[in-house]
Amino acid sequence: MTQHNRAKSDVFVPSGQIQFGVFFQGVNSGTIWKAPESGSQTDFESFRRIAQTAERGLFAAFFLGEGLRLREHLGRPHALDVVGRPDAQTMLAALASVTENIGLVATQNTTYNDPADLAHRLASLDLISGGRAAWNIVTTDNAWTGANFRRGGYLDHADRYKHAEAFVETAKRIWDSWETPDGPARRVLHEGQHYTVDVTPLLPRSAQYRPVLFQAGDSPEGRNFAARQADVIFSAHPKFDAAVEFRKDLVERSIGAGRGANAVQIMPASEFILAATAEEALEKKDWVRNLQIGPQQAVAYLEQFWGRELSVYDPDGPLPEIDPVVEETSETRGSGFHGAKARQLADQWRAEAKDKGLSIRRFVTSKTARIDSTFTGSYTAVADQLAEYARVGAVDGFNISPWLIPTGLDDIVNHLVPELQERGVYPTEYRGSTLREHLGLETPERTAAEAAEAVRA
Amino acid sequence: MSTFPRPGFLAIELDGAGRDGADLTRAVLAAESAGFHVATFSDAPAPGRTNALQRAAFAGPVTRTIALVPEVDTVYTEPFHVSTQLASLDYVSLGRAGWIVAAAESPEAAAAVGRSSVTGAALGQEAAASIEVSRRLWDSWEDDAVIRDVPTGRYIDVDKLHYADFETPAGFAGAGYSVKGPSIIPRPLQGQLPVLVPASLLGEVSAEAVDAVLVSAPSAELLAAEVRDVRARVGAGVATIAELDVVLDARGQAAGSRVATFDGGRAAFAGSAAGLADFLASLLAEADGVRLHPASLFIDLEELSRLVLPELRRRGLLRPVVQDGTFRDVLGLERPASRYASATAAPYGAGK
Repeated sequence: MTQHNRAKSDVFVPSGQIQFGVFFQGVNSGTIWKAPESGSQTDFESFRRIAQTAERGLFAAFFLGEGLRLREHLGRPHALDVVGRPDAQTMLAALASVTENIGLVATQNTTYNDPADLAHRLASLDLISGGRAAWNIVTTDNAWTGANFRRGGYLDHADRYKHAEAFVETAKRIWDSWETPDGPARRVLHEGQHYTVDVTPLLPRSAQYRPVLFQAGDSPEGRNFAARQADVIFSAHPKFDAAVEFRKDLVERSIGAGRGANAVQIMPASEFILAATAEEALEKKDWVRNLQIGPQQAVAYLEQFWGRELSVYDPDGPLPEIDPVVEETSETRGSGFHGAKARQLADQWRAEAKDKGLSIRRFVTSKTARIDSTFTGSYTAVADQLAEYARVGAVDGFNISPWLIPTGLDDIVNHLVPELQERGVYPTEYRGSTLREHLGLETPERTAAEAAEAVRA
Repeated sequence: MSTFPRPGFLAIELDGAGRDGADLTRAVLAAESAGFHVATFSDAPAPGRTNALQRAAFAGPVTRTIALVPEVDTVYTEPFHVSTQLASLDYVSLGRAGWIVAAAESPEAAAAVGRSSVTGAALGQEAAASIEVSRRLWDSWEDDAVIRDVPTGRYIDVDKLHYADFETPAGFAGAGYSVKGPSIIPRPLQGQLPVLVPASLLGEVSAEAVDAVLVSAPSAELLAAEVRDVRARVGAGVATIAELDVVLDARGQAAGSRVATFDGGRAAFAGSAAGLADFLASLLAEADGVRLHPASLFIDLEELSRLVLPELRRRGLLRPVVQDGTFRDVLGLERPASRYASATAAPYGAGK
């Protein structure tokens, strides 16, 4: 296994800074499409506008998700939320020509890509963009997604991280295969349970050596995977105490993996609802939530757990008294299958809604809104809050999901960023020209012995 | 056939540029301002050659008129990914994307993805299947599927999305597969991207499945005859594009002294700009377009831009370039309706 040859300090040192990334969400109910100012979700102009605004705000990175099958609801494509999005790397290659500094992160699946092909394409993006590419590593294991691919559904859930890690190791060996930055390349071989790779790579190292690796995944397995392989992890823990706790956990795992306390950076997913005053921000939040989860979305949300149509129920009334027709919930709205006992869940939810006096709509909003990950308040108050994160090193940054496209970053860049800069916790210029430099990550280095092992498989 | 053929178009292969963005921008802008209608991007494995589709995508936002046409493999790549990537290229180029279908016999490409090597007629079968998958997926969202209907809360009209339900045909030589669909991205701006194939794939790939054929000949003398042959096979509805290597007298050096050999067995022209203009004039009487492969991209492009294209334009042999036009416009193709839309939208009996 490739080991990183860097200073392996066992003491975590906070950088005192936070960085921003922007996640152009695409499919889900988080992006508001019903407001008059909601733009196209697929036109290039929307992507250009968001990326260039983020770059004006010195964001470290621009992220795109990946779709491999349209989400379905009761056996048909889901009609209510934003759906349809371009291929991540194609879009990022186009954005590379109209941006200069911002990192370009493509979410790409290990299950339905081939390692040599994906490594080559990511290396291409990295070269074309001048060392700004990154890969957000995700896995899938369901046959439903596999129906769009030659392999079909071939991977067991239990195997997916093992499979993903072998994939990532192979990709790294491909990127490491050039003996010097200029060559020559060495042949890379891998023979595993699911795929065989025999390739002599064609692309040299980029300005940042190789693409930066991001990973999301909160299970112990996912965290260990990140601790061993990733440069940055997207955590699901933006609340201060939870963030500090997550940092401790990840530092321990990184030390355990032999990579040192600062090896993996943390960027929780987050949403910002900001205004000049706290009152205005709260009003805005109501407006946002109403447009994210409309009456039809609220009922549809329950339908996927009940497994039946519930359109006769009043979204402003109580939860349905009838029981689910399915044994297990099958949330076929993406790649996730929840598999909870449907009847048990329904009972629990009915009790909870009754207890809190919530209608269907308010209950669903409470379940689906980014409660934990939303920062609501005045620019100054939120800036103070974030400065505290920076001071203790709770996180390295936030990956912001704008709820409006293409203007959703404007107030963050125009108002929040300057407040953070005044507090000395946000960059005032790009540190270099590569994503690795913006993030302050060390360049991977290998000893000759590691290099030799890397190509032997 | 008309006595006065429609003016032709010129494509240029931009191989030799593109390991970094600045170099690629310079090349594609030079080609566009020279008046080329189409830029193509080779994807054959070569040291230092970055992914063709990404080079084309990078060029999208910095250009306005030139069509951007990458070569994309069909044998060792996933048809679903290929379809989505090409549709996305159409979005980032505002409808100027096309696809050169590649199906090369390559043991190296097979080994890289751990598959057994595909050879002979099976290559064409893989290409045909991949083209069909892409075309079905591009049609799988009808043009007006995104409705954004606030009163009913519906972002899309589900009745306007369709499963592609592709299965490899009986007798398929390779490992059979299926693709469900619909696409993950709305219908490309052009509806269907123009699909270009090398003449060597015709047969397994039917003329009905393609929009243009790339025609090669072993010598410049034989090229026009080869174009006539292909034209007779595919009919007038499919464009013919003659493939030509080019090296020009430039910077005080004779063409002959500049380059020793070309690769790939294509017809080659070596000589003066004026000689090339005459040769292209005769070739464009037979072919709808010519794709030039310059021996040295920037050196030859300069001569082409300064001397050859202006002369051809002066003689009225080139189609005008259209700002914000589509690649289909260049080829004179209508924007087709989705195959799925015609089945439901037209009343019975009115569809033919």
